[in-house]
Amino acid sequence: MGFLDKHKALEKNVSLLLVGSLLVVSVGGIVEIAPLFYFQNTIEKVEGMRPYTPLELAGRNIYIREGCYTCHSQMIRPFRDEVERYGQYSLAAESMYDYPFQWGSKRTGPDLARIGGRYSNEWQVQHLTDPRSVVPESIMPSYGFLSKTKLEYENMGAHLKANERFNRVPYTVQQIENAVADVVAQATPDADISGLEERYTYDGRFNVPLGDFDGNPEEITEMDALVAYLQMLGTLVDFSTYVPEDNYR
Amino acid sequence: MTYEVVRNFAGTWGLIYLVVVFLGVIAFVLRPSMGKHAEDAANIPFNDDHSEGDISK
Amino acid sequence: MRHLSGTIILALGTLLAVLAAAFAADSLFRIHAIILALTLGIATIVMLRKVQVSGGKEVDRSGYMDEPVRIGVILTVFWGIVGFLQGVLIATQLAWPEWNIEPWFNFGRMRPLHTSAVIFAFGGTALLTTSFYVVQRTCRARLWGGDGLAWFVFWGYQLFIVMAATGYLLGITQGREYAEPEWYVDIWLTIVWVAYLVLFLGTLVKRKEKHIYVANWFYLAFIVTIAMLHVVNNLAVPVSLLGVKSYSMFSGVQDAMTQWWYGHNAVGFFLTAGFLGMMYYFMPKQANRPVYSYRLSIVHFWSLIFLYIWAGPHHLHYTALPDWTQTLGMAFSVMLWMPSWGGMINGLMTLSGAWDKIRTDPIIRMMVMAVAFYGMSTFEGPVMSIKYVNSLSHYTDWTIGHVHSGALGWVGMITFGAIYFLVPRLWGRKQLYSLRMVNWHFWLATLGIVIYAASLWVAGITQGLMWKEYDDQGFLVYSFAESVSALHPYYVLRMIAGLLYLTGALIMAWNVYKTIRGDVRSEKPMAASAMQPAE
Repeated sequence: MGFLDKHKALEKNVSLLLVGSLLVVSVGGIVEIAPLFYFQNTIEKVEGMRPYTPLELAGRNIYIREGCYTCHSQMIRPFRDEVERYGQYSLAAESMYDYPFQWGSKRTGPDLARIGGRYSNEWQVQHLTDPRSVVPESIMPSYGFLSKTKLEYENMGAHLKANERFNRVPYTVQQIENAVADVVAQATPDADISGLEERYTYDGRFNVPLGDFDGNPEEITEMDALVAYLQMLGTLVDFSTYVPEDNYR
Repeated sequence: MTYEVVRNFAGTWGLIYLVVVFLGVIAFVLRPSMGKHAEDAANIPFNDDHSEGDISK
Repeated sequence: MRHLSGTIILALGTLLAVLAAAFAADSLFRIHAIILALTLGIATIVMLRKVQVSGGKEVDRSGYMDEPVRIGVILTVFWGIVGFLQGVLIATQLAWPEWNIEPWFNFGRMRPLHTSAVIFAFGGTALLTTSFYVVQRTCRARLWGGDGLAWFVFWGYQLFIVMAATGYLLGITQGREYAEPEWYVDIWLTIVWVAYLVLFLGTLVKRKEKHIYVANWFYLAFIVTIAMLHVVNNLAVPVSLLGVKSYSMFSGVQDAMTQWWYGHNAVGFFLTAGFLGMMYYFMPKQANRPVYSYRLSIVHFWSLIFLYIWAGPHHLHYTALPDWTQTLGMAFSVMLWMPSWGGMINGLMTLSGAWDKIRTDPIIRMMVMAVAFYGMSTFEGPVMSIKYVNSLSHYTDWTIGHVHSGALGWVGMITFGAIYFLVPRLWGRKQLYSLRMVNWHFWLATLGIVIYAASLWVAGITQGLMWKEYDDQGFLVYSFAESVSALHPYYVLRMIAGLLYLTGALIMAWNVYKTIRGDVRSEKPMAASAMQPAE
C-alpha cells in the first residue's frame, strides 16, 4: 500500500515533484559529460599543439564577435569528400585550448578548420573586405571596417590570465606579462621576435605566422588580428608523428 | 574507472535497471486505483468556474 | 504608497549602471552600460509618475493576478512580430548579400538576434505569460509572493531580452549558439529565473486543488531544467568585472558536449516541455473536454524529460566527440520519438468525439495543426539523428528547415491558439474581433511553414549531395562556391515563406488590438458557412 501511495504523494507534494524531476533530468548529462573529463582517451596524444598567441587570441575574439560560427564550421568530419576538400579530419586535441569551442553547426560557407596557410594574407584581406571580388558566388557580408578599426590590445595580458585561471590554458607568467609586446612583435614587419619565439616554441617548433597581415604596416588593426588567427587555424599539430590507430576510441 | 568498465556496466546492469524502472512506471500508472485520481486531475482546468478568480466569464 | 520601493530600486539600478559606464574596462561595456542606464532610467520615470497618480488607492488582491498576463500577451505578439521580421531580414541577406550593413547589421550579428528574439523573447514571454495564467487557474490561487515578485520576474525577463538583443548588435557574444549573452547578462537571467522558480513553486504550494495539474508539471520541468542548463553551460571566467568579455570554463570537446547538451535541451525544455504545458491546458479548455488520457500524460511527462536530456550528442555526429557519446546520443534520440508521439496522440485525441470542431473552430484548428507539426518534427528529428542520415544532413539547410517546422509549426501555432483563447477572456470580451481573420492567419501560417520546410529540405539535400558528388575520375565535381549559388532560388522561396508567416502574425496583431478595444467585425459566422448544404 505504501508503494501505491507514493505516486499520489508525488503528485500532491511539490517538493517531491521538484526533486524528482531534477533527478530525472540530471542523469543524461552526468553520464554523457562527466566521463569526457577523465577518460584518458578523449583527447588524442599529439605533437605541436600550443596556446594561442595574444594576437591570435584577439583575432579569435573578433571571429566570435562577428558571429563567423553562424556560417562556418571548424570541424572536418572523417569522410573522403571532406578530407579531400578541407584536409585531414579534425582531432579533439586541436581544439583543446578553444575556450569556447567554435566547431559550428552550419556550413553556409566552407569549413575553416584548416584554412591556415591556404591563401595569402592579401587574398584574405581582399576577401574579407569585398568577398564577391574574389568569389563571385559568395553571399558573405563585407568586413572592410576591420581594416579601419584599431585593435584594442593593451589589455591582452588580462585575457591570457583569464584563460589561465583554474589551470585551463598553460600560459606562463612570461607569456602573460609580455602579452602586449608579443602582439606588436607578431604584427610588425621585421620586428625583433626573439622574445616571442622563445615564449611560443613548443615541441621544438616555432609555428607562428608573422608580419603585417592587413597591408597597412602603420598600425595594428582588427584585420591584422583576424587574419593572423585565420592563418594559423589547423596548422599546429604535426601529423607526421601522429598515429591514428593509437587514438581510436 | 576506465571506459571499458563503464561501457560494460551500462550495457548490462544499467540497461536492466532502466527497463525495470520503465516497466514499473507503466504498471504504476495503469494500476486500477489510479483511474479515479486521473479523472479528478484531468478535470482541474474546468474547476475554476467557481473560483476566487475574477475572470470566469 | 504603492510602487515606491520598486521605484527606489530602479533608481538605484540606474545609478549603478551609470557608475558601470563611468568605470568600464572596455568601450563595448561602456555602451552596454549606457543602454542599461537609459532603460532603467526610463522605467524609473514611468514608475515615478505612477507613484504620484495612484495615491492611496488600494488594489483588489482577492482575484487572480492578471495584469502581467495582459501585458504579457501584448508583448508576446510584439516580440513575435519582431522575431519573424528579423527572420525575414536575415533570409533576405542570405538571398541578396547586399542587405548586410557592416558592422552592426551583418548576418553574423543579426542571426543570433533572430534566434533569440524568437526563442527567448517571443517563446519566453509566451511561456512566462501563459504559466502565470495556467498556474493560477489550475491551483485556484493567486500568484505567490505578492505583486512585487511577479512584476520583478516579468519585467526582469524583459530587461534580459533588451540587454541580450542590444549586445548582439554591438558584438557582445559568447559565441555559443542560443546562449550568446555574455556573463553579466547571464547572471541577471539566473537571478530572474530563480525568482520565477520560487514564484511558481510558491503558487503550487498554496493551491486549493488536491492534485497538481499535469500542465504545471511541464512548466515546472521547463523552469528547473532551464535553470540547470543555463548555469552549467554559461560557466565562464570574465576578463574584468567591468568588461564584456569572458572565456568559457570548458574547452574543445567537453565544451562542445556541454553546449549541445544545453542547445538540444533548449529545444527540449524551452520549446517543447513548456509549450506542452500550454497544450495540456489550452487544448482541453478550447475543446471543452478533458485531456484524452491523463495516465498517458504522466508517462509522457516522465519519459520525455528523462530521454530528452541525452539527445544532445546527435548535434556532434562524426566530430571529434568520442564515438560512444555519439552512439548514446543517437540511441536516445530515436527512443525519444515514442514519448513525443505519445504526447501528440494525447493532444489530438482530446478532440475525439468533437472532430467537427476542427471545421468550425479556427482556434482549435490552429492548435491541432500545432500538434500535427509537433508530431512531424519529432519524427523528422529522430530520423536526422541517425548517423547515416546525419552524415548527409549535418551542416546543411535541412537542419534549419527541421528547426523551423518545429518553431513555426509547433511553438508558433500553439502560442497563437493560446493568444486567441486568452485575449477575449483577459479583457472581458464576449468574443474575438474576427474569427475569419483567425482563419486567414491559420492558412497564411500553414502555407508559410510548408513552403519553408519544403524549400529548405530540398536545399539541404541538394547541398549535401553536391558536396559529396564525385566524377568518373574520382574528383570532387563541385566547388563549395557552386553549391552556394545553387541554393539561391531556395533562399528566395524561404524568404517569401517567412513573409507569409509574418503577414499572418500581423493579421493576428490587428485582431488582438480590435478585440481589446471591444470591437466585433461584422462577418458571416464561420460555423454557419461550414454548415451550408451543397447546392
